[in-house]
Amino acid sequence: MFKLSPKLSQKIFYTLLAISTAIVIVPVLLIVFIIIKNGWSAISWEFLTTMPTDGMRAGGILPAILGTLSIVACAICITLPVGVCAAIYLNEYAKDNMLTRIIKLAIVNLAGVPSVVYGLFGLGIFVMLLGFGVSIIAGALTLSIMELPVIITTARGALNSVPYAFREASWSLGVSKWQTIRRVVLPNALPGIMTGAILSISRISGETAPILFTAAAFYVPHLPQSMFDQVMALPYHLYIISTQIPNMPKNIIFGTALVLLMMVLSMSLFAIIARLYFRKKRKW
Amino acid sequence: MDDIKIRIKNLNLYYTNFHAIKDVSMNIRANKITALIGPSGCGKSTLLRTLNRINDTIDGVRITGEVIINGKNIYGEDMQVDRVRKEVGMVFQRPNPFPLSIYNNIAFGLEINRLVKTRKETDKIVQESLEDVQLWDDLKNKLKMSAIHLSLEQQQRLCVARVIAIKPQIILLDEPCSSLDPKSTTNLEELMQEMKQKYTMVIVTHNMQQAARLSDDTGYMYMGNLIEFDRTSTIFTNPSKKETDDYVSGRFG
Ligand SMILES: Nc1ncnc2c1ncn2[C@@H]1O[C@H](COP(=O)(O)OP(=O)(O)OP(=O)(O)O)[C@@H](O)[C@H]1O
Ligand SMILES: [Mg+2]
Repeated sequence: MFKLSPKLSQKIFYTLLAISTAIVIVPVLLIVFIIIKNGWSAISWEFLTTMPTDGMRAGGILPAILGTLSIVACAICITLPVGVCAAIYLNEYAKDNMLTRIIKLAIVNLAGVPSVVYGLFGLGIFVMLLGFGVSIIAGALTLSIMELPVIITTARGALNSVPYAFREASWSLGVSKWQTIRRVVLPNALPGIMTGAILSISRISGETAPILFTAAAFYVPHLPQSMFDQVMALPYHLYIISTQIPNMPKNIIFGTALVLLMMVLSMSLFAIIARLYFRKKRKW
Repeated sequence: MDDIKIRIKNLNLYYTNFHAIKDVSMNIRANKITALIGPSGCGKSTLLRTLNRINDTIDGVRITGEVIINGKNIYGEDMQVDRVRKEVGMVFQRPNPFPLSIYNNIAFGLEINRLVKTRKETDKIVQESLEDVQLWDDLKNKLKMSAIHLSLEQQQRLCVARVIAIKPQIILLDEPCSSLDPKSTTNLEELMQEMKQKYTMVIVTHNMQQAARLSDDTGYMYMGNLIEFDRTSTIFTNPSKKETDDYVSGRFG
């Protein structure tokens, strides 16, 4: 058998890695490029701020934007506090016993459940059983349950990254466990928790399946008025105009996709910048 | 008769099934420095950490016996852990200042324990504490600077200042000099000598010379047992147990 020289094998692996990176990046860039190219002409102030007209073939997409924003805002307001509290409990209080291990396993597995299953769950529980109907609140609750495992996992990571020595130092000054969490652990974990939350927001903004049966409407002739309103939502709207409506102008379809994409990407970008900033500022 | 600050009675500690401290009893004198020596893993840190109940935070730890401070068993039922820890401060092996300003590192404990009412009081105690550890002159113009940027010796002094600011009666030190250079070690030892007037100190050290120089009493531990506990001069010159003699004379460990 022949043996590669270390230098050559290094080169080969380097090339392989570079190619894999390209395989990941090129399609993303291509998608962004195609969407911008086809959708740019539709983007205008009016497009973002008016109601659709002419059977959605013209006009703007304001109700879909507002619908998505309100569902996502509600969802994160529910899932973030609950998730952070759960993470604090699991990380700082729970004893390492059978029950805790089962809970942790359940969380890992919940993160792998397909999102349409959450959609059906939301339909059964929030829409029907609790009687919220197809509404912002039902969609938000569904999304928040779907995102809970992710929030808990990122929050636990952030809590874990706070050195144990800080906790010990605080305890040894006579500071109680809860005060230590509030005054020492949480402030130092906050950047990690927040960047995780922003990424979650960006992730759930694009989700269709969970809101399909729980919040989204084909067309609503007015803007959302209350939590119990059915709303239009960007991802679902995009699905409808690209498949259900004949003679749909192409640039509106791509324009809608572009708006959704920008919402998601700008938030991810924001999270990444925030993470870099805090990493640089991090002092231990 | 000397004042006894801490009475340890038949103390046992288990990490789940591992018997780490075996029936230790000792009396620690007030306003003296007591050193704990022994080979690595013999339970020095564990014993030290039972004195402010900071082992309680570790899963699976079980403790029997008594630690009596000021006439009260700190493991007694009506004891509040936070109260105990306020009276028994601790300095750790690696300097662990909070990632806060120098000022806030000291103000933190004061404010949370409600020891101060006004900013002025805080200012005063911050200054006094920093003076006590001889950092004030160097740092009085940099109080807003993050403590992370201090040298290791300064960080460790700050950790001492942070503890004495809340005026405990006892200070536990777990190898406080092990990450410092020889000069800083000497400086910190001088500081401890001065602090003796106000505090009862218990120090864990790997450095035999340090124990001999610094302490009044010394306990030699081996495999969770307190083999011998006596005046430092006795331990180092005329111990009654052969194991102790072997260890302090460097034939073992
Ligand atoms: N959290 C823990 N869980 C289980 N066993 C532990 C734990 N901490 C310490 N031990 C064990 O208890 C024994 C005593 O440990 P301890 O840290 O008190 O030793 P030490 O004398 O301070 O050693 P060193 O000089 O290395 O610091 C060791 O055998 C160690 O492996
Ligand atoms: Mg130790």
